[in-house]
Amino acid sequence: MGILEVKGVGKRFGGLQALGNVNLSVEENTVHAIIGPNGAGKSTLLNCLVGKLIPDTGSVMFDGQSVLGRKPHEINQMGISRVFQTPEIFGDLTVMENMLIPCFAKRDGAFRMHAFEQVFHEKELIEKAEQMLDDVNMLDKRNMHSASMSRGDKRRLEMAMCLVQEPKLLLLDEPTAGMARADTNNTIDLLKEIKQKRDITMCIIEHDMHVVFSLAERITVLAQGTPLVEDTPENIKGNPKVQEAYLGESQH
Amino acid sequence: MTDQTQNPSVAAKPARATKTAAPSRGIFGLNAKDTTLLIIVAILTMLAPFILNPFPEGSDLAQFNAGYPDLMQRFVIFGIFAIGFNILFGLTGYLSFGHAAFLGVGSYAAIWMMKLLTLNVIPAIIMSIVFAGLFALFVGFISLRRSGIYFSILTLAFAQMSYALAYSVLTPITGGETGLQLKSTDSPLLSNLAPGEIGRANLFGIDMRTSYELAVGDWLFTFNAGYYIAALVMLIGFYVSIRIFRSPFGMMLRAVKSNQQRMNYTGLNSKPYTLAAFVISGMYAGLAGGLMVAMDTQVGPERMFWTASGEVVLMAILGGVGTLIGPVLGAGLIKYMENIISKINSTILHDWFAFLPDGLEDAVVFILYPFIGKGWHLTLGIVFMLVVIFLPGGLVEGGQRIARLFRRKKSDDAAKTPAE
Repeated sequence: MGILEVKGVGKRFGGLQALGNVNLSVEENTVHAIIGPNGAGKSTLLNCLVGKLIPDTGSVMFDGQSVLGRKPHEINQMGISRVFQTPEIFGDLTVMENMLIPCFAKRDGAFRMHAFEQVFHEKELIEKAEQMLDDVNMLDKRNMHSASMSRGDKRRLEMAMCLVQEPKLLLLDEPTAGMARADTNNTIDLLKEIKQKRDITMCIIEHDMHVVFSLAERITVLAQGTPLVEDTPENIKGNPKVQEAYLGESQH
Repeated sequence: MTDQTQNPSVAAKPARATKTAAPSRGIFGLNAKDTTLLIIVAILTMLAPFILNPFPEGSDLAQFNAGYPDLMQRFVIFGIFAIGFNILFGLTGYLSFGHAAFLGVGSYAAIWMMKLLTLNVIPAIIMSIVFAGLFALFVGFISLRRSGIYFSILTLAFAQMSYALAYSVLTPITGGETGLQLKSTDSPLLSNLAPGEIGRANLFGIDMRTSYELAVGDWLFTFNAGYYIAALVMLIGFYVSIRIFRSPFGMMLRAVKSNQQRMNYTGLNSKPYTLAAFVISGMYAGLAGGLMVAMDTQVGPERMFWTASGEVVLMAILGGVGTLIGPVLGAGLIKYMENIISKINSTILHDWFAFLPDGLEDAVVFILYPFIGKGWHLTLGIVFMLVVIFLPGGLVEGGQRIARLFRRKKSDDAAKTPAE
C-alpha cells in the first residue's frame, strides 16, 4: 500500500470529463512522475489531491486518511506540500520571513494568536530556516525582498519553504516550466540532492522528458483523463502506447 | 521614521542574532530601533503643549498654534483610531470602510457606563473596548467572507446601517439625532452627585477638564489632564501595535496581504488571522470612541457616518500605510488642517497680503479664499492627491527620502574630505 492511494477518481467540468477513472498509487520514498499531453488532466488530478478541487467520484487516501473534503491548509498539515507551476511566495516579505512562515505553520498549526511574542526571539526556528536556506544555497539572500529575485531563485525559495516543513509528500507542478536549460539542470540536481538527504516522497507533474527520466522511479502516463500505463522509466520509454499518446497526431 | 515593514528589519535582527553574540536589545521586549521610536514618540506627546505652541500669543502666527487641550486631545484620540485601523489595513490589506461604526459603538458604551455606573473613565473605556470588539467580531465574521472591494462595501453597509439605527430606530438607547450627553437627571451608582449636578468625567477624582496654564514671556502653555491621560493611552496603544507588527502574528497578517493562496498551502488558515486583526482594530476604534466620551461626555450618531470612516482611511494613507508611526502623523495632519485652516478667514488673508499692492492683494485673496475656512477640505484634497502621486508611502516615505538625502550628502562629504 502506497503513501498516496488514488482510487477511481473522476471529475467533470460541465460537458468535459477532465478525469475519468484514475487509479494511482505512490510508494513511500519514491519519485513518481505523472506525464501526459496537454489537457490530459494532470493539473486537475493534482488539484484534487491538495483540496483545491473535490472529485465527483472516487477516493484519495493519504497516509491512511482521506483527504477529500478537507481544506488546503488541513491537507498541508497532514504532510502534503505543493510547489506551484509559477512560484507562489510571499513577495512583499523578505526571504527569511518567507522561510519562517512555514516553520511557524509546522510548529504552531493552522492558527495561533502569538501576537505578543517577537519573531526575533524564535532562535530555534530561525536556525532551522537558515539551515534550509543554506541547503539551497540562498543564505546570502536572506534579507532580500523576495519579489525582486529572479524566477529561478523564487522557485528555489518556494521549494525550500515546502521542504522546511519536512512534508511526507512533496507535489511539484511542472517545477521547471519556463526555465532555461541550465536552471532546469540545477533544479534536477537540487531535487536529487534533497532526495538523497532525507526521506521524502515526491510526485512530479512534468512536460520535460529530460527532467522526468532524470528523476522518476515510477511514471504514470495520463491521456484524456485516464491513466494509460504505470511503469518504470525504462519500460515507459519503449512503450508503443505512450509513443502514440504523445506523438500520435503528428505521425498521422 | 524608517519603520517601513518592507524593510528587512524583522529578519535582519534574527540573522544577526545567530551570527553575532546578541541582538541589539532595547527595552520592553522591543529591538533597539523600535525602542528608540517609542521613546521619541513618548517625548513628543509629553512635550506636545510646548511643541504645538511655537508662536507667542498675540503674534500674527498665533493662529497656527495647536496647543490647546481640545485639539491636542483630538490628535491623540484619532491617532489611536488610525493606529488600530492600520493593523487591519496596513498589515492584511483589507480596506474597511466602516470603522467609524466601532468608534460610535465604543462612544455609546462609554456614555452609558458614565450615566449608569460611575463617572470614572476607566470602566467606561473598558466597556467601549469590549462592546466595539464584540461588534467587530460580528461585522468581521460576515464581511470577511468576501475580500477586496466587496469586503469594503460590506463594512460600509454595516456602518451606514449602524448610523441609521442610531439616528432613528434605536433612539431610546442612542438619543437619536441629538445623541447623548450627561444630564442633571443622571445618577451614576458609584458617584455621589448633588441633586441637579451635572457629572464630569474624572479619573480617580482628576477632572478631565482640569488644565494648568504656564505663561512664559509671551507664550502660554496649557497642560490638560484629559490630554495627558489620552496621550498615555495612545502610547500604550502604540506600544501594543509595535509588538503586534513584530510578532509572528503580525508576520502572518502581512502574509495574508502578500499571498493568501501560498498561505493556505503552507498549512495556515488565513481566516482566523484576518478576523483577529479585524477585531483588534475594531477594539482600537472603540477605545478611541470611549476616550472621546471621556473628554467631552457627549456622543451623536454622526460619529458613525461614512465620512468618519473615510477620514481614518485618509489618515492611514496620508501618513503611510503599513508603517508604525505613519497613521499617527496622518491623523495629526488632518486634524491640524481641519482645525487651523478652517479658522482662517478672508480678513486674516487680507492681513497677510497687506504688503501687496491693492489690486494684487485682492487677486491673491480671491484665489486663496476657496481653500480656507469651510474650504479646508479642498486643501486636504490637494494635499492628499500630492501625497498619493508623489509619495505613495505617505509622510513616512517623505521623511525617509529626506533622511536619505542627508545621509547621501554626509557620505559625499566624507568621500570628498580625504581627497581635498
